Amino acid sequence: MEFIAPSLNYAQLAPMLIVLAGALIGVLIEAFAPRASRFSSQLFITLFALVASLAALFQVRNQSSVDAAMGSVAFDGAGVLFQASILVIAILAIFLIADQENFTALAASVPGSDEEREAVQADLRVTEVFPLTLFAIAGMLLFPVASDLITLFVALEMLSLPLYLMAGLSRRRRLMSQEAALKYFLLGAFASAFFLLGIAYLYGYSGSITLSGIQESVVGGAGNDVFLLLGVAFISVGLLFKVGAVPFHAWSPDVYQGAPTAITGFMAAATKVAAFGAILRIFYVSFANAEWQWRPAMVIIAIITMVFGSVVAITQRDVKRMLAYSSIAHAGFLLAGVIALSKSGLEASIFYLFAYGVATVGAFGIVTLVRDSSGEVGDLNRWSGLGKRSPLLASTFALFLLAFAGIPLTSGFIGKFSIFSAAYESGSTSILIAGVLSSAIAAFFYIRVIVLMFFKDSVEDGTSVIIPSALTTITITVSAAVTLILGIYPAPLIDFIATTATFIR
Amino acid sequence: MNPYNYLYLAALLFTIGAVGVVVRRNAIVVFMCIELMLNAANLTLVTFSRINGTLDGQVVAFFTMVVAACEVVVGLAIIVTIYRSRRSASVDDASLLKR
Repeated sequence: MEFIAPSLNYAQLAPMLIVLAGALIGVLIEAFAPRASRFSSQLFITLFALVASLAALFQVRNQSSVDAAMGSVAFDGAGVLFQASILVIAILAIFLIADQENFTALAASVPGSDEEREAVQADLRVTEVFPLTLFAIAGMLLFPVASDLITLFVALEMLSLPLYLMAGLSRRRRLMSQEAALKYFLLGAFASAFFLLGIAYLYGYSGSITLSGIQESVVGGAGNDVFLLLGVAFISVGLLFKVGAVPFHAWSPDVYQGAPTAITGFMAAATKVAAFGAILRIFYVSFANAEWQWRPAMVIIAIITMVFGSVVAITQRDVKRMLAYSSIAHAGFLLAGVIALSKSGLEASIFYLFAYGVATVGAFGIVTLVRDSSGEVGDLNRWSGLGKRSPLLASTFALFLLAFAGIPLTSGFIGKFSIFSAAYESGSTSILIAGVLSSAIAAFFYIRVIVLMFFKDSVEDGTSVIIPSALTTITITVSAAVTLILGIYPAPLIDFIATTATFIR
Repeated sequence: MNPYNYLYLAALLFTIGAVGVVVRRNAIVVFMCIELMLNAANLTLVTFSRINGTLDGQVVAFFTMVVAACEVVVGLAIIVTIYRSRRSASVDDASLLKR
């Protein structure tokens, strides 16, 4: 048997390889560099890797090929857009993560022990969070461009495993943080087992593990349809879990609340882009011709997700839980783009993902700033009157909330408008009705928070807004600017997406 | 022997694992049930590899084993940390976040 050397297109793989190299260097720094210099070198390497990766991606933005890595990676316009969104969101989130005030001094120490006290006194820092973030980002970059089932599964685990650990690194309320990590891990592993079984059935159905091979079998209709149905169902469980769609959403409020806020922002924004990138690719490339098999179920899931997320968010008292339920509702809106199954649906989803991701990072950045003596203040009642004490911060938070609600002149409006019109064009009127109704419900609780901040008297219980570090300021300013610019003048980005966004088969 | 029997066996193992995840309370046992589910998926892959007459399924099974090993490392780290903090690995005790 002859052994054929694999041919790799390094230029197209470079964005992922650079991030992985940065992560490996980060591990080496962790092992060998003196403690005093670790933080600055880790931050430098991480930012350098992300910016270099973005530059490498820019070099190859107009290329497309199915042979980037022997048919395992499909490099195309949509993939470039997903990767670019993930990298931009990651750079913004890294600035938040660099504010080490949010992280435990020593992750391995038992909460409340002498060991922890000594670590805090010695001013130790969890610099290992930087390589973990880079590994997660590398997995996220691979997930939406993976074009065979092995790569898809490996990328899924590569983005998930570091996130499980990062959820448990909070500085305060450490038991809650560890509990969040445990829940995220157990439920995530449970979902990936379903994902793997889905892969097995799809392989059994078509005899091929590439997405294009599965598409050929679907078009040809040669295989056993039972296996196709089982495969689509199980693989969807794994993917819908990652985006937090109902009924696979149970983890997200707990994990959002328990994880360090910087990590929550990163996870909420970047994971959603990566997972929806993979969902869009799989459903648009492989299952498009079997739409009658999965579309009715997907429509129901999308409607339930929108309505459930919006309704339950109303009752939340904690700002991070509220944002978690809001992200569940947004997952429902984004599923409308998957169901649309058209070029305009794909474009709208990409725009929505980018706009939502940037606003999410900014919103969680603001959550890190509202504190009392024991740490962040999550209780929404204690946010009342914030607009009088810190008008700038409250106005910026209001801007993000209005973007989530989809009010005109913010990026959220353009995103919602384009995704619902794409769904309507494809004939899903029920999605449109449910979407508009749940948007109205969602607007209620977003605006309630704004009313609370600006028109209620402030409570004197030690809640204060700390002065943000320079890096956090950059994140919040850039996110707010992008949210506003995309709302007022979205044409350049929309045109760019329209010319670039295609899936190659 | 009819290779489809292995598919039934794998489906049975997967179901046992899934039921175990839902009903068992010890995090370690829950985790073992997840491993059982992964192995059931592996058995399915290898069986389909045999039925289809291609090697792809066996290759996926190898990748799965490696990924499962990584998952054990991360999972046990999290479970052991929880156990050291709480002196209990029960998933019912971890309920601070439920409101």
